[in-house]
Amino acid sequence: MTISVTMTVNGQSVTRDVEPRTLLVQFLRENLGMTGTHVGCDTSQCGACVVHVNGTSVKSCTILAAQAQGAKVTTVEGLAQDGKLHPMQEAFRENHALQCGFCTPGMIMSAIDLVQRNPNPSEETVRHELEGNLCRCTGYHNIVKAVMAGAQAMRG
Amino acid sequence: MYAFNYHRPASLADAAKLLGSATDGKFLAGGQTLLPTLKQRLASPSDLVDLNGIAELNGITVSGGSVTIGATTRHAAVAASAEVKKAIPALAALAGGIGDPQVRNMGTIGGSLANNDPAADYPGAVLGLGATIHTSKRKIAADDFFTGMFETALEEGEIITKVEFPIPKRAGYVKFPNPASRYVMVGAFVAETANGVRVAINGAGPCAFRHKEMEAALAKSFSADALKGIKTDPGSMNNDIHASSEYRAHLVGVIAKRAVQAALG
Repeated sequence: MTISVTMTVNGQSVTRDVEPRTLLVQFLRENLGMTGTHVGCDTSQCGACVVHVNGTSVKSCTILAAQAQGAKVTTVEGLAQDGKLHPMQEAFRENHALQCGFCTPGMIMSAIDLVQRNPNPSEETVRHELEGNLCRCTGYHNIVKAVMAGAQAMRG
Repeated sequence: MYAFNYHRPASLADAAKLLGSATDGKFLAGGQTLLPTLKQRLASPSDLVDLNGIAELNGITVSGGSVTIGATTRHAAVAASAEVKKAIPALAALAGGIGDPQVRNMGTIGGSLANNDPAADYPGAVLGLGATIHTSKRKIAADDFFTGMFETALEEGEIITKVEFPIPKRAGYVKFPNPASRYVMVGAFVAETANGVRVAINGAGPCAFRHKEMEAALAKSFSADALKGIKTDPGSMNNDIHASSEYRAHLVGVIAKRAVQAALG
């Protein structure tokens, strides 16, 4: 069985025929060739695969592409506008909030969702809200600094 | 993951029909347990029937002394609901402590209850508040719903539609999460309701259960001190690599006291 799945990814409508068992992250990486979204643990723990589906963050390794039928999906590739990094991406760069960089796309997508729900988070809130994202380099200190700076930049 | 067929019906009747005609069908709600289970090849259903296209299963209403939550309502929606926070703050707090933000954006109350993982949070609230589970066929009282580890009173093809929580005078929920997985090792949901005090313990045994001795003590005096000296039988506790049954039995007493304190604010 294959099914036709249509969704809007970073503003562009895409349609592909896929097997029902195709995960959203596979759809993005293998069917669309968008490899900014990473697969880390593949067991919904590490958060490297976080994308936004209809504006909220989800682990794209734990949702079927079919479940995102008709949805608006945003990946890390869709954040920069006209060659200008998103304020949260810029904050990660400025604060050196990455070491190997593998967790970074998921961290940034979770951080943006966090700030959208809580525009002025405390450091404690940021640390707590990043519970679903793991950095195996343990670079949390600068990640938290970056999220605080990114939140301030997003408030404008 | 093994291959399966996927269906997204728009009505309860169609969902039941699709499951009935499948060789070995399963309902899909938030998928936060089911999809990892399929990925590990611990289950291989022939068909997944996605319940998220059925509009009537989603939403929160507060009226006439109860909070009613549709089966496919996400944990994040319950946690963020101003109405739930006002009516049953302990319930909103419980929903806000499940998994992590991304899991809460997908996971559903109906899925959590139908799965009845011993380490799940929602069974504590459902049993502790004496909620009623509405299904496509009937209404089931919380006391009759949880029948064992991953076992419920649901029949084949029966779909949870909503859960009705009576608003208590006060309630508190505290859990001791596993430090690594954050799953519940012992949780206690304590509520003073119109029908008396209820104490539900989750995470500790094969499924959530009521602690009648604690209920009787709290009915006399609703205070943490009232629970002093009450023992829990380790023989009814889970015993695994995360905690021994003796440790869990001890934690039940500690966590229940904290839940009473939480209820007292």
